[in-house]
Amino acid sequence: MSGLDLALANLTSPMVLFFVLGFAAALARSDLTVPEAIAKALALYLMLAIGFKGGVEIHKTGIDSRMLGAIAAGALLSAAIPLIGYGLLRLTTRLSAIDAAAVAAHYGSISIVTFVAGTEAVRLAGWPFEGYLVAVAAIMETPAIMVALLLARRAAPDRRGEPVGALLREIGLNGSIVMLIGSFIIGAITGPKGLVMIDPFIGAPFRGILCLFLLDMGLVAGRGLREGGKLLSLPVVAFGLYMPLISAGLAALFCLVLPLSPGGAALLITLSASASYIAVPAAMRLALPEARPAIYLTLSLAVTFPFNLTLGLPFYLFLAARVSGGA
Amino acid sequence: MDMHPKKRIEIILEAPAIHRLTAALETAGVTGYSILPVLGGRGSTGTWSRDGLVGGAGQMVMLICITDAGRVDAVLDHVMRLLSRQIGIVTVGDVAVVRGERF
Repeated sequence: MSGLDLALANLTSPMVLFFVLGFAAALARSDLTVPEAIAKALALYLMLAIGFKGGVEIHKTGIDSRMLGAIAAGALLSAAIPLIGYGLLRLTTRLSAIDAAAVAAHYGSISIVTFVAGTEAVRLAGWPFEGYLVAVAAIMETPAIMVALLLARRAAPDRRGEPVGALLREIGLNGSIVMLIGSFIIGAITGPKGLVMIDPFIGAPFRGILCLFLLDMGLVAGRGLREGGKLLSLPVVAFGLYMPLISAGLAALFCLVLPLSPGGAALLITLSASASYIAVPAAMRLALPEARPAIYLTLSLAVTFPFNLTLGLPFYLFLAARVSGGA
Repeated sequence: MDMHPKKRIEIILEAPAIHRLTAALETAGVTGYSILPVLGGRGSTGTWSRDGLVGGAGQMVMLICITDAGRVDAVLDHVMRLLSRQIGIVTVGDVAVVRGERF
């Protein structure tokens, strides 16, 4: 597939079009909403399905050095990206050190919804991918937060810090991570037999449910842009667009040495390019409450997430095909 | 009917910090409280609605507790040690309760 074919296939997929519908509806001030409880249930379903399927793949292949290498690479990327992001933000924007550290944490950590959308884009391209990328996704949540806290403490050494142990526990026990890793372990234990048992639930309905979830994400992102967009300066918005590409480039360098398939490389690149908007904002409200959520949440959710979903994903697939030997 | 004057403390707080707040109240000797979800509102950065959020980071919750007037300062000391850095509103009002021995 050429880069243009990938872009067209992604932009005309029902998942992306439902996201665009939600985004447009929110900008047009439609009263369309997905009730909070249903949105939560959809998110749990997606974590269960993606985690379980990843676990089943591990049951087939076992834990090996390739998996451990990818996990180590993911952790390294998650720690390195905030350092680059923080430096760029301090250089190009007027954000305070605390705000810059909080924004940087979001870009080092990952968006599991972007990852799920990435798995669909990879499937759409007909590429298989390594099941252990689910574990890589879970690992990449935390190092960025720790690096951001170190950056913030360096910038304001007299500020009262939160106990790191308590914070790590709260991040580690974040509901979506528990569901993802728990389902991954269950999938790894039960293997293909377990998949046969619940496939009617997590197989065919997956894409339809992802459409509904992305409709809600579009609504949330559109509202976020409508309400918070005016608080973002042009250099900050630009950061939300170029930082994913820098992160993707860095991940692509790792893919040159990691024995990943093109599908796996595309997902590692997607994970690195994505920005968190669930786990990290909650952690920042506890660890860096002085940082402004209107900046980091709007940037991550209303600028970077739509960019990644529409234009980013085909580019990351294109990049993966180049660094992993083509598909 | 005998009524007993008490103080009602209302705290609207961002949801991620609620467990820290309840721990602070328990340390301060508050024996009971209720937590309610806030459906939406408007603040310095615009309007928000619970249905329009992804994750709990942007949500707000309200905590209500009734306590004796003599204990209010001590409770607020504990609360403000936490809330001084968080998004939130604290109000204290006069109320009358029927079963005064419970607060």
